[in-house]
Amino acid sequence: MSEIDDSATLDKLPLDSWHRAHGGRMVHFAGYEMPVQYEGIIAEHLWTRENAGLFDVSHMGQLFIHGRSADAALERLMPGDFQFAADMKPKYSLLLDEDGGIIDDLMATRRGDDFYVVVNGATKHGDIDYMERRLPEDVIIDHMRGQALLALQGPRAAEVLETIIPGVSDLGFMQGSPFQWHGRSLWISRSGYTGEDGFEISVPAIAAEQLADAIAAHQLAKPIGLGARDSLRLEAGLPLYGHDLDTKITPVMAGLTFAINKRRRAEGDFPGALRILAELDNGPAERRVGFEIEGRQPVREGALVLDGEGNEIGKITSGGFSPSLQRPIAMGYVAAPFAEPGTALKLEQRSKLFDARIVPMPFVPHRYHRKGASA
Amino acid sequence: MSLYFTEEHEWIRVEGDSATVGISDHAQEALGDIVFVEVPEAGRRVSKGQEAAVVESVKAASDVYSPVSGEVTEGNQAIADDPSLVNSDPEGQGWFFKVKLDNPGELDGLMDETAYRDWVKTL
Repeated sequence: MSEIDDSATLDKLPLDSWHRAHGGRMVHFAGYEMPVQYEGIIAEHLWTRENAGLFDVSHMGQLFIHGRSADAALERLMPGDFQFAADMKPKYSLLLDEDGGIIDDLMATRRGDDFYVVVNGATKHGDIDYMERRLPEDVIIDHMRGQALLALQGPRAAEVLETIIPGVSDLGFMQGSPFQWHGRSLWISRSGYTGEDGFEISVPAIAAEQLADAIAAHQLAKPIGLGARDSLRLEAGLPLYGHDLDTKITPVMAGLTFAINKRRRAEGDFPGALRILAELDNGPAERRVGFEIEGRQPVREGALVLDGEGNEIGKITSGGFSPSLQRPIAMGYVAAPFAEPGTALKLEQRSKLFDARIVPMPFVPHRYHRKGASA
Repeated sequence: MSLYFTEEHEWIRVEGDSATVGISDHAQEALGDIVFVEVPEAGRRVSKGQEAAVVESVKAASDVYSPVSGEVTEGNQAIADDPSLVNSDPEGQGWFFKVKLDNPGELDGLMDETAYRDWVKTL
């Protein structure tokens, strides 16, 4: 994995020994040792698409941001609507630099006057430093180090979790709520990053093993490693920070304009607004797109995208073998004139050329829970 | 018939001046689910220690090095068609290519099966 971090001091996650006991193959990732797989990436991937996969995402940063006018203060850093954000509804947002580049992507949920924010593991310390420098002194960031974060994803996730924590299946998609479980306070939202229905569960670290045991004991649930997490989100067309998103990429280039709130556009007062509003009007120079590739060989991050004359017009930022489709898929950036679905291009990897075609994403349709649909 | 292994986890089974080459069970286990294999065609020259084939798992691409120099007599089309054979039978049906040896002396210095299996346990 390209995010392998060789730093000598690796922190242990709350479920470290649990992963080892369940046969997890541990690798260095985002400053931790984490399970890349248990029984095998393809089996775990397909299990999640058909049943329920249990992911440990405790490496991610859980932040509790509170203080006077925290909502207005967060709008100085991000293009989302925080002031009028509905209670208990997680919203995808972006931490932007002054040029409109993406510092991180995150989920932010209003809880009363406060915000619960989940940021990426590899970027969390930088995010906290960045936000602390820019937020007013009376807005406080608590890094919730004592919390583990689990995700249960898949079409049977609601059925599984309902047997353990009654009431969770009443949550709508992108809705959160506190729950009590064996005397512990949990925060659960119906959300995730696989394209499937599912839940993310913030649990006190000391109770994380007990909860993981309770979920994994269900015959429809299995622990799933980082490998399948990556292939699932790639099939779902979801960008991964550090690969598909970084400070050279704006929300418009990345196709994340839904994260730029309408009122905020009109007000034009978020970081990088000048550039981002111009890109919204005139189109960006490059766009994030999906690729379908001829043959069976995966084309991965770093491969070049070439036009018909062999000119470099972009690069692959994520790529691999799709277990669900049984063929290679990739995402990357191309110069805007080449971004139309159907455009035939070449990819170059290790001096070898591959025929590829731009296709719409997701590669595998999202199956999020919709209210009114059968659970 | 003799079986040898390299430190890069290839195996080579030698009969007279012909040999069959593949990757070890340890190698397939470390790679995980194999989704793509590229084997050399008959007639291609391979050199000891040089890349002769490609194997890709879900997570990563790796080169397979030839343990000896010689001329490829056959690439295993079965694993190109069904790469998972390398996971299920790495030291049998999951062989990569057959080669006619230039110099059997190149086998000196490779590990025998006992030495290899013992060494892998220390990794």
